[in-house]
Amino acid sequence: MKKSGIWAFIFVLLIGIIAGCSSEQSTGTSKDGTVTLKYFAFSPGEDHEDELKAMIAAFEKKNPKIKVDYELASFDDYFTKLQTQIAGNNAPDVFELNYENFVSYASKGALLELDPLIEKDTNFNPDSINKKAYEAFQYDGKQYGMVESFSNVVLFYNKDLFDKAGVEYPNDSWTWKEELAAAEKLTDKKNGVWGTYSPVQFWEFYKTIAQNGGSILNEDKTEVTVNSPENVETLTWMMDKMNKYHVTPTEKEMSGQANEDLFKAGKIAMLRTGIWMFDGFKDVPFKWDIALEPGNTQKAHHFFANGLAVSKKTKNAEAAWKWAQFMSSSEEAAKIRIDSAWELPAVSNDALVKGYLEKSPPESRDVVFKALDTLVVPPVIEEWSKMTDMFGKELDKVKLGQATPEEALKNVEKELNTLIKK
Amino acid sequence: MVGDKGWKKWLVISFFLLPNFIGFLVFIGIPILTSLGLSFTKWDLLSTPEFIGFDNYKGIIEDTEFWSALKNTLLFIIAYLPTVLIIALGIAMLLNKNMKGRAFFRAAYFIPVVSSWVAVSLIWKWLFNPTYGLVNYFLSWFGFVGPDWLQDPQWAMIAIVLTSVWKDTGFVMVLFLAGLQNISETYYEAAEIDGASPIKKFLHITIPLLTPTTFFILIISLINSFQVFDQVMIMTEGGPAGSTTVLVQKIYNHAFRYFEMGYASAVSWVLFLIIFIVTLIQNRLQKRWVDYEQ
Repeated sequence: MKKSGIWAFIFVLLIGIIAGCSSEQSTGTSKDGTVTLKYFAFSPGEDHEDELKAMIAAFEKKNPKIKVDYELASFDDYFTKLQTQIAGNNAPDVFELNYENFVSYASKGALLELDPLIEKDTNFNPDSINKKAYEAFQYDGKQYGMVESFSNVVLFYNKDLFDKAGVEYPNDSWTWKEELAAAEKLTDKKNGVWGTYSPVQFWEFYKTIAQNGGSILNEDKTEVTVNSPENVETLTWMMDKMNKYHVTPTEKEMSGQANEDLFKAGKIAMLRTGIWMFDGFKDVPFKWDIALEPGNTQKAHHFFANGLAVSKKTKNAEAAWKWAQFMSSSEEAAKIRIDSAWELPAVSNDALVKGYLEKSPPESRDVVFKALDTLVVPPVIEEWSKMTDMFGKELDKVKLGQATPEEALKNVEKELNTLIKK
Repeated sequence: MVGDKGWKKWLVISFFLLPNFIGFLVFIGIPILTSLGLSFTKWDLLSTPEFIGFDNYKGIIEDTEFWSALKNTLLFIIAYLPTVLIIALGIAMLLNKNMKGRAFFRAAYFIPVVSSWVAVSLIWKWLFNPTYGLVNYFLSWFGFVGPDWLQDPQWAMIAIVLTSVWKDTGFVMVLFLAGLQNISETYYEAAEIDGASPIKKFLHITIPLLTPTTFFILIISLINSFQVFDQVMIMTEGGPAGSTTVLVQKIYNHAFRYFEMGYASAVSWVLFLIIFIVTLIQNRLQKRWVDYEQ
């Protein structure tokens, strides 16, 4: 009988441990009616935690019955942690999602539909948010997330280099042709100055093909359209800037230096990069500005957005909605974002936007909003990471000269067909 | 009959073993068994696992990327193992002699072993930089133009092997040193009296009497090198063009980037089986060459 006693002892201990692991959720409603929300985010990073604290303080002042407990993770770890928390039945009430991941979380049914809460909330008007950005967080026609901020990519240019080479500044009517002509004049081998730079990678690819009327998938993502003559032409153009015209440095010629650093050092005259670099380029010793990106047959600009989503399993849906709404459309949050040069809030409030436009550099901040008229969203599919990895590999081959653009896109087409049919 | 007393002893022993046993069970035992179960399911961490039988294992056979990852892992092992063994043995023999500064050199060679893989990989990534790296600078002294290393599919794996050899040599060296010190001086003295040359002594005394150590190192290093990951992840992330993607990295990608826990578990178990079989074969073969005499 003693043997069974020991086993019973071990069993009890084990139960204790397992029970200890699946601890009760710490969030919920306390006796005095105060609700504590768990919020999980990546976008504050290391630089903007204080701003997040300020936003929470402003929110709690407005809603004294709601408390927000936040937790941060770096973008690289964030989604692993989030998946694990959801799998462990310990999901945060509200969490951040970027647009690419939003689609896969919404399609897997992990998010709470917000429409009923939006209808009930008389204080909220969707018109206070930039329409395109607001609609980006819809899935199947339903609202599953609230956009809080967006960013895009435009053409940055070094005015001093343009003046020195006697080239006219880029304007909205520029196409690839004008860009190339200017780049050839701006490139100065002796001083190590390159005319123009854009990386050869997946994100740049899906935007650049759009500038030539191409696409990766058809509109409802049921057919692969990547292997088209326009796209072959586009990829060839991307490579030709390095290998044929020598106006863009190859990876070897850059030897481990970031393109932003080369721009800062005055070694790149035109650079396609994100508006998140405004702050980083603030103190460079030359004049610079931004313009719309030149396209070939049409214009196209990146669009990246972060939003807040509510967990389907939250017990405090109403409070969670209030927080998501606050972060997305409140003047308080938007003002903190603009003042600290964090990402741009997606509010359509003219007074706030005006404050943003008046800041400089760059002078032509209105370009940021003009670019929204021609935005391309990432071609998100369920197997998103697999697709980006696969593209990366094939584009690598083109860069290494192991495959021609035709061969690479043919391969991509084949692999994509298996990915979307899974 | 052992009787009551035996039981009491068992109880006491179990009680003291319990903390460790529970730790093993919770953090290793249960997860291992769970992963076996998961390898027969489709699970994205968000929804409930769905049982799909042997589909994951069938998928592995058709997955060309699995085979190229296996090929890359084997290439790594083939280049890495002999190199680290030979260099470590050479250094161990040198440091086994009575020379000045012996303790210093032993410590120096061991420092990489206790450094973190992340730091080592980052440093070597810079050393291998084609334009500014010290490796190519060093090569230029002799009139060589160094390759692009991590950006060149033909050289990237070699760069990773070199980094790994540099990091692990100290560990293997220490094991060899222990083995060398176990060889009794009398063998060498007897051989000297018979007029044996240093090479003969090395081939007929040192090598055979070191075989138990060599066997141990082979087993440990082989298991470790099948699991090569950190340096690859930091130095190349599997690139360029997939030329350094290894098995554990594939497992990582499927589990934490594509959220295919079931498939990742299946690949883990295949990797386990490969390591298990290779180790079994090594164990069988040891009778033919390992010398446990003395």
